[in-house]
Amino acid sequence: MEKRHWLLLPLLLTLTAGLGYAVLSLPEHAEGLQHMVSNKMETSGVSNPVTAVLLNFRGYDTLLEMVVLLLALLGVWSLGGAALHHETMPGPILDTLVRLLIPVLILVAAYLLWVGAHAPGGAFQAGSLLGAAGVLLLLTGWRLRAGLAALPLRLMLVAGPGLFVAVAALLYLVEGQLLAYPPAQAAILILLLETVAMLSIGATLAALFSGERPQDKESK
Amino acid sequence: METVLTDIPWALILILLPLGGGMLCFLWPRMARVFGLITAAGVMLSVVGLGWQLLKNGVYHHQVGGWGAPLGIDLYADGLSLLMLIATALVGFGVSLYSIGYFKPEKAIHFWPIWLFLLAALNALFLSADIFNLYVTLEMMGLAAVSLTALTGSREALSGAMRYLLATLLGSLAYLLGVALLYHGFGTVDIALLGQRVEATPYLWAALGLISAGLLLKTALFPLHFWLPPAHASAPAPVSGVLSALVVKASFYILLRLWLEIFEPIVDGEGIETLFGLLGVAAILYGSVQALRQTRLKLLIAYSTVAQIGYLFLAFPLAAAAGVTAWSAVAYLAISHALAKAAMFMAAGNLLQFGGHDRITGLDRVVQRLPLTAGAFALAGVSIMGLPPSGGFIGKWLLLEAALTQGRWDLVGVIILGGLLAAGYIFKVLGHTFTQAEVTHQSTEVPAGMEWAALLLAVGAILLGFLAAPLLMLVGIGDPFGISEIRS
Amino acid sequence: MSPAFSYALVGVGLFSIGLYALIVHAHLLRKILAINIMGSGVFLLLIALAKRTGDAQPDAVPHAMVITGIVVAVSATALALTLMLKVAAATGRAELPKEEQE
Repeated sequence: MEKRHWLLLPLLLTLTAGLGYAVLSLPEHAEGLQHMVSNKMETSGVSNPVTAVLLNFRGYDTLLEMVVLLLALLGVWSLGGAALHHETMPGPILDTLVRLLIPVLILVAAYLLWVGAHAPGGAFQAGSLLGAAGVLLLLTGWRLRAGLAALPLRLMLVAGPGLFVAVAALLYLVEGQLLAYPPAQAAILILLLETVAMLSIGATLAALFSGERPQDKESK
Repeated sequence: METVLTDIPWALILILLPLGGGMLCFLWPRMARVFGLITAAGVMLSVVGLGWQLLKNGVYHHQVGGWGAPLGIDLYADGLSLLMLIATALVGFGVSLYSIGYFKPEKAIHFWPIWLFLLAALNALFLSADIFNLYVTLEMMGLAAVSLTALTGSREALSGAMRYLLATLLGSLAYLLGVALLYHGFGTVDIALLGQRVEATPYLWAALGLISAGLLLKTALFPLHFWLPPAHASAPAPVSGVLSALVVKASFYILLRLWLEIFEPIVDGEGIETLFGLLGVAAILYGSVQALRQTRLKLLIAYSTVAQIGYLFLAFPLAAAAGVTAWSAVAYLAISHALAKAAMFMAAGNLLQFGGHDRITGLDRVVQRLPLTAGAFALAGVSIMGLPPSGGFIGKWLLLEAALTQGRWDLVGVIILGGLLAAGYIFKVLGHTFTQAEVTHQSTEVPAGMEWAALLLAVGAILLGFLAAPLLMLVGIGDPFGISEIRS
Repeated sequence: MSPAFSYALVGVGLFSIGLYALIVHAHLLRKILAINIMGSGVFLLLIALAKRTGDAQPDAVPHAMVITGIVVAVSATALALTLMLKVAAATGRAELPKEEQE
């Protein structure tokens, strides 16, 4: 094992040096697409350039990435999930922490979603907070009620990417281009998509933590 | 009526339909097989529609969101994309048909949504004209493929899937670093615009190296092939088929596309072309020899994939002087191998189900009990060996022609030797299937759908041998190889 | 050399350190961590070089790319961790089996 290290180190150092040289040879000053983004921002429906790129200009990437997140959950469920330790009686610290933090997390998530239109924030950031809230709840031993854990949960998980696909297709039929928001409705469409996406992302992240796929009532 | 047909956005349907189908399968698992088969059929229909559209109107170009590159993402379909989409649709339908009978309900509930998302990822990949979007589709494809590989839950499958996941993530990150350098160097991630803007700077070379390394790892070219045999051999049979047929070709397609559009025009590529050629030769020889040594059928077929991928890379050194022939050979080999290898893995799956094992020496009496499966394996083998008439023969013939006209006798020798070795391991398997059994084995019935799916794909590989002229004409739409004439 | 390039070089360094760790360590958790560090290196490079615009506003497109990249990395890590747990349960150790021919 040691012999391989000695061969590997000089190779990697050469690689690093080469990459470093390549990086340093990049032009000192480059605008990239910044001007194009700021020029088109009025028609994008939001005033935060990152949200504009993420939800409007390159919205197709976001659509696919939401499917990637869902795919990870499908993969984890197909493996049988990772069983959580069952804690039916959380200790006093966890108990208090959860009682205090969950409402705060939900509020901050809602704020981040709303503010994402004109300041740093947005669906993914808010969704991560909701996911964290879900993980905290799961740590206390809370589980989704059996009736809700089957089809309703799946609907919630699919709602984000599903709405994206539906809106994309609809906009094609109306505007002739996939995912082309009409400038007048862009802001409200983006808010709608981000809200549903936030809920889906939060649910997916919490479900990734939780364990096996909940059984349907009729399944064997 | 005709204008209606060409006005339908078949390319968009190719992406959105499997996405919708996968979500439906996830929501209503009891209807999953129905949704799955309908989606696969819909994909086949859409590919026909797209082909018609390309024939009538030339290349298909769609600016998602109406913004257009470099601000937005562009979708682009030319002859090369169409060929890969045809392969995807055909293998996709065959695999869907096969999987209806193959998976038990507790596995099927997981299989169908992930499989349809994999189909969507493949279609999105072949239609994308944006290197960052290609990264997202690569990851989508990779996560779906890994999940499907691990589906049997056996120890080999889990380890194989873990190794596969680590390799594919490493490849993606190297690719992404290359994309980052290209964006920061040239200000765009659109392939066409990059083709116009690139210059031979150090960061371009670094990007070329990183992207090539990442994609070579994902395509399992020797010596970066280490993850492929354990993963492809331990996955469920239809999944192995998809992995060997389509998933490794997808990263190769990206490499080819970026090479042709961005790197090759401005880079003094002789060193790289020679390197690819050398690695291809090594892959052919190593893969074929290893295949001969195997005692288990699925591992043999997996090593055969390692070898067949090598042929694709032989075109790089040959393309400088004989571009038309060499790249047409690549296209033909890609689609023929896709059909033949998928058929072969499905046949192996049938044998596994029938006999309960996949030891090659234990394959006796198969010809009598499973004639369709044996026929499928034999026909697929004909294409893999490169015997006429088959798609594999046309591909190897074009490659040989490109090598002969340039006097590359070394490559001619390797191609012929590779064919002989392939004959060796194919006949090794077939020989055992024709033997009489000394002991009667306990056997399980194999559903008809599984046998027919394997046979249909194998027949498809043979039929490709008769379709050289129209297929090469289709590949030439939009002049993907940068040559103004394609010979027919 | 502006600060942007310093951060970009750190990103390159993280990429290499992660690559080294990925190859050298046998334990799967370390390999997964190594992949994450490599990812962080690439994201750092993307973000840092977006600051070369000169005026106050950095280029927003790499920022969006990194958000996408982080989501993808989280998804992949979740799958990898679950797979690691299953491998450990099946083989008794959280390591990939050595390459042996059967």
